[in-house]
Amino acid sequence: MNRDHFRVLVVDLDTGQSQVEQFDGRDQAIGGSGLAALLFEKYGRKDRPWSHADQPFILAIGPLTGAFPLMSKTVAAFKSPYHDQYTESHAGGRLALALRFAGYDGLVVTGCAPGLSILELGSRHIRIRDAGYLRGMDAYATGKLLRRIHPGGSGHRSILRIGPAGECGLAMACINVDTYRHFGRLGGGTVLGNKNIKGIIIQGDSGFSLPEGSDYQKLFATVYEQVTATNMMQKYHNLGTAANLQVLDDLKALPWRNLQQTSDPETITGVNGETFADKTLLRNGACSGCPVGCIHIGYVREKFHQDNRYFYRQVAYDYEPIFACGTMLGLGNPFEVLGIMDEMEKMGLDAMSGGVALAWATEALEQGLVSVRETGVELRFGDAAGYRQAARMLGTGANDFYTLLGQGTLRAAEAYGGRDFACVLGQEMAGYATGELFFAAQSLGFRHSHLDTGGYSYDQKHAEKDVDRAVQFLLDDEPGRVLLTSMVACLFARSIYTEEMLARCLDVLGYETLAGNLPELGEQIRCHRWRLRFATGFRPEDVTIPKRFYRVQTWKGPVDPAYLDQLRTRYIEALRARVEPD
Amino acid sequence: MKILTAPHMERCIGCHSCSLACARLVHKKLSWESAGIRIRSAGGLSTGFYAVRCLGCADPFCVAACPTGALIRRRGGGVLLREKKCIQCGDCVQACPVEGIVQDRDGRIYVCLQCGQCVDYCPHDCLEMREARSVEPGEVIA
Ligand code: SF4
Ligand code: SF4
Ligand code: SF4
Repeated sequence: MNRDHFRVLVVDLDTGQSQVEQFDGRDQAIGGSGLAALLFEKYGRKDRPWSHADQPFILAIGPLTGAFPLMSKTVAAFKSPYHDQYTESHAGGRLALALRFAGYDGLVVTGCAPGLSILELGSRHIRIRDAGYLRGMDAYATGKLLRRIHPGGSGHRSILRIGPAGECGLAMACINVDTYRHFGRLGGGTVLGNKNIKGIIIQGDSGFSLPEGSDYQKLFATVYEQVTATNMMQKYHNLGTAANLQVLDDLKALPWRNLQQTSDPETITGVNGETFADKTLLRNGACSGCPVGCIHIGYVREKFHQDNRYFYRQVAYDYEPIFACGTMLGLGNPFEVLGIMDEMEKMGLDAMSGGVALAWATEALEQGLVSVRETGVELRFGDAAGYRQAARMLGTGANDFYTLLGQGTLRAAEAYGGRDFACVLGQEMAGYATGELFFAAQSLGFRHSHLDTGGYSYDQKHAEKDVDRAVQFLLDDEPGRVLLTSMVACLFARSIYTEEMLARCLDVLGYETLAGNLPELGEQIRCHRWRLRFATGFRPEDVTIPKRFYRVQTWKGPVDPAYLDQLRTRYIEALRARVEPD
Repeated sequence: MKILTAPHMERCIGCHSCSLACARLVHKKLSWESAGIRIRSAGGLSTGFYAVRCLGCADPFCVAACPTGALIRRRGGGVLLREKKCIQCGDCVQACPVEGIVQDRDGRIYVCLQCGQCVDYCPHDCLEMREARSVEPGEVIA
């Protein structure tokens, strides 16, 4: 099953033609993040805007995908509508295994289909089909129709789709993957919308032989045992990431009401992980090849007629959407939070960006910077009904205000005022008001994700203000994560997939060269990614931190503005040193 | 002799660990298709999952359909495939009413051996090996 090259399907939507290409560089690029960078180098147009028809949309998996548990993620790479720079987004679901079993390490989609279309592929078919009838359809309904259009293969295929947000060009539009997972951040949905692609169906209808002998089987059993029988993954299995809500609130690190507070001991009990599990949890789901099953699916139930007529819908929840569509909006009822997430989901909006944007809009309305004429509805912290309507208006770009807000909260703040309280760290913040290092790290992170580095966890353990040590921590932490995102492992499994374990897994599959070079490769891919980022216009100095972040209270006390600025300055120097070696 | 049952599919999370274990351990392949048990969703993930597999018929349709005698009855329920005799005609695949047998793109036939290796890999205990006669009338084992 191991190849010394990458096998990549390149689909040109302009001509409707596809090519199966071979790429050298397996021993340097690994897969995932590394392969995506390699493919962007070849197909990307660094000097052209994201919306240029030639720009590629890239998917990439890794050498261990499917062969080991929790190697279940896919990297999407593209030039982002959010900031027009090269970026990545990561998602689980069935996509990684579907690509693997379709026989590809990567997919590159270039050009632009003449009309709204769906792309279908498997090991023995590629079709681009007209799908104009799906225009404007929400992400749920689109999924249902795509399953009908493409019958057969249920369970062995992956379905990507976009909602109205991706069709109307919002920089906050996500790509829904297999109903409960997403390429959430930085506008992947609009990249597909711009290519006139409403959905992609990947059929995993082939397979590979595995190594002879018992070494692979034994190692698989060891990893599987660690994943299931030890308590390493228990947190994700039990309450899921929602367990963090109470932990962070106790630590005074949970953003509430547009980050005006970092703790609300009374309200949090209504929306913490325990409450979500006790009251709303219907069942769990898993990405393919992952026995942990961290996907938590809750429900919303609505009375639509006074004669006791109800319908219900299933909504997957996680820490981040609960923060963005819950605490950030001052909500203390889990069903109300799920109701807002449900609207975001239907619209195909990134729930995190959308929630943080609505929190800003609420404060802008309070301060009179905008009026109900713009927001269309009264927005008040704690009032869920207004937020549900607003989510719909945001997702469809219902007026000038929402169209602009959908391009990013700072864009709206530039027009209407209110920059100081926009909770944006490169993009709308993740839910970790843990302190200076996280704020610095997210604002300058590659994906502006809390998972780019472990800054959020460093903050939770270190009260001292040692700039050298903290920046060194970020620098040392990133290459290991880049290795995992090149494999492409679920980052929840990082305690299991140590460098040593990754080397053993690669070795047993016959990737000896990769196995022997991991630390250097992590560093090389990190630098390659950053070089691409800089080459597409990234100027870290331009990423500013709104004032609100300088007023945050954490368990360590108030944020120290001087320390935060020093961290940023030093981290910017370090990033620059990596792309401009002397 | 025991057969594979799936009495608790309402607990299934769709991780495919069982079918990947079958592919890996029994067929030495990495695939969703080349396995004696395959997990499908009943119209999207929100409706739950079911396991497509050999139900271990006592009087198997597939055996009756096989023109070469490659499939024979297994004591205690189910079938055994003698690959050397198989001409890959696919008649057994057509005959099985529950898609218990699959044929891959190379023509190879895959059917559950009732070996139970998948059971150990189900994190939610959806699957069990049972004596065929211990399955109570009315008990849902699909
Ligand atoms: S493969 Fe189908 S017909 Fe044959 S024994 Fe199994 S369930 Fe019965
Ligand atoms: S495919 Fe093989 S086992 Fe199945 S009926 Fe034909 S000869 Fe028999
Ligand atoms: S291993 Fe168990 S939970 Fe996972 S897909 Fe199979 S039956 Fe479902």
